[in-house]
Amino acid sequence: MKMITAVIKPFKLDDVREALANIGVQGVTVSEVKGFGRQKGHTELYRGAEYVVDFLPKVQLELALPDDQVDVAVDAIVSAANTGKIGDGKIFISPLEQVIRIRTGETGDEAV
Amino acid sequence: MENNIFELQYALDTFYFLICGALVMWMAAGFAMLEAGLVRSKNTTEILTKNVALYAVACTMYLICGYAIMYGGDIFLSTITGDGVAGAEEPATYAPSADFFFQVVFVATAMSIVSGAVAERMKLWAFLAFAVVMTGFIYPMEGSWTWGGNAVFGMYTLGDLGFSDFAGSGIVHMAGAAAALAGVLLLGARKGKYSASGAINAIPGANLPLATLGTFILWMGWFGFNGGSVLATASVESANAVAVVFMNTNAAAAGGLIAALIVARFMFGKADLTMALNGALAGLVAITAEPSTPTALQATLFGALGGALVVFSIVTMDKLKIDDPVGAISVHGVVGLLGLLLVPVTNPLTEDGGASFSGQLIGALTIFVWVFVTSLVVWGILKAVMGIRVSEQEEYDGVDLTECGMEAYPEFTQSK
Repeated sequence: MKMITAVIKPFKLDDVREALANIGVQGVTVSEVKGFGRQKGHTELYRGAEYVVDFLPKVQLELALPDDQVDVAVDAIVSAANTGKIGDGKIFISPLEQVIRIRTGETGDEAV
Repeated sequence: MENNIFELQYALDTFYFLICGALVMWMAAGFAMLEAGLVRSKNTTEILTKNVALYAVACTMYLICGYAIMYGGDIFLSTITGDGVAGAEEPATYAPSADFFFQVVFVATAMSIVSGAVAERMKLWAFLAFAVVMTGFIYPMEGSWTWGGNAVFGMYTLGDLGFSDFAGSGIVHMAGAAAALAGVLLLGARKGKYSASGAINAIPGANLPLATLGTFILWMGWFGFNGGSVLATASVESANAVAVVFMNTNAAAAGGLIAALIVARFMFGKADLTMALNGALAGLVAITAEPSTPTALQATLFGALGGALVVFSIVTMDKLKIDDPVGAISVHGVVGLLGLLLVPVTNPLTEDGGASFSGQLIGALTIFVWVFVTSLVVWGILKAVMGIRVSEQEEYDGVDLTECGMEAYPEFTQSK
């Protein structure tokens, strides 16, 4: 099992959610996050004084998947979230030791 | 028949006075929203507390002694009779208590100006203590020299010198700004507003929808502020005057907003909403000293002059390290003075009244010096006795928590 953490542009969330639903992903956890990568921040203006916004708003998705679903899910996220412009985000994949469904106590792939 | 017509006039003028007073009362809501929008979210509850409490303090103090100082009579309004005709020395065309109601909301307006300028760092109770003196003594004194018609400490009478301030560009707005300036000078800037290197840092307001709503509320309330200052509406002459005042008040606000928006666009390269809002208010302040004599075009231009001036003034105040989070000193003080000086342009001194430049200057100077100096003394005493500024840690945590113990937007709460 793998944990996929994807940081994407906020306005792409609907497209990504739809793409993931189409390939049969059962659940996603979403958080509003802020950060920067190569895109860096930008300057804003308030009453004549400039200030720097270092951390831009992004949406972070977390989904736990069985190994055989990982590649297709990554493809779905990449194609749905890609705008070709800087700041599209990143996908992190890490091994997942265990998953437990709280209601039933199921574990492993059954619980994903 | 004639008596019936008089009673109708009395009823209509009184009704008009009261409605206008209620509109001006609503300006307190405008100031509260404007200020809540332009401070950081951690200081929202406290600025709202100050606004609502200062309104109550102003009403109470003006009732106790302010009105008596300004217009004569005994304290606690005990000599205000319920009838302006029967038993009155000079029969009025409206109820005396309506006059009090209309006057009292102006005091609250003057005090509201102060709260924005000292926002985010002043102690709540020091502020309210100042409000007691400002609304019970400082404002009524200068009010008695102007609208009250009394001589300034028996030395000179402003009305005789050609001073005229229709609805209070100087008497209300510049007076509030003078008190605010004295407070800000003793208080100092917010932490983080200026870097050690002297650079000016932006401290963006938390809620621009609230600031915009506040400006619209003030704009609306101003029709009562200026329109009510005609003091009558139940004749062709006064009805015409009221209509002109409404028209000019609206035109000046529009002119002020457009001018500020354009000036800000050229100065900063972007359309700064907060400057546009200040511009509308500056237009309103500029026309307040004389909204009845300019043409609609003149009113628009006067407003535009105020709107343009306010942007330069706000930037200059920032450079002078006079930290005013909402621009109150510029909007009400600098443009208030402009409003006074514009009166002779359309209403020059004649035998029937009007204003002269020298009269306006002397009046402005009298109001400013009186309010600024007495405020400085009161702020100074408060600073020595109880302190007027919260600690650095409290400022960092936000005055919502330290002064009110309550956040404006609580999250993750749990009852004990």
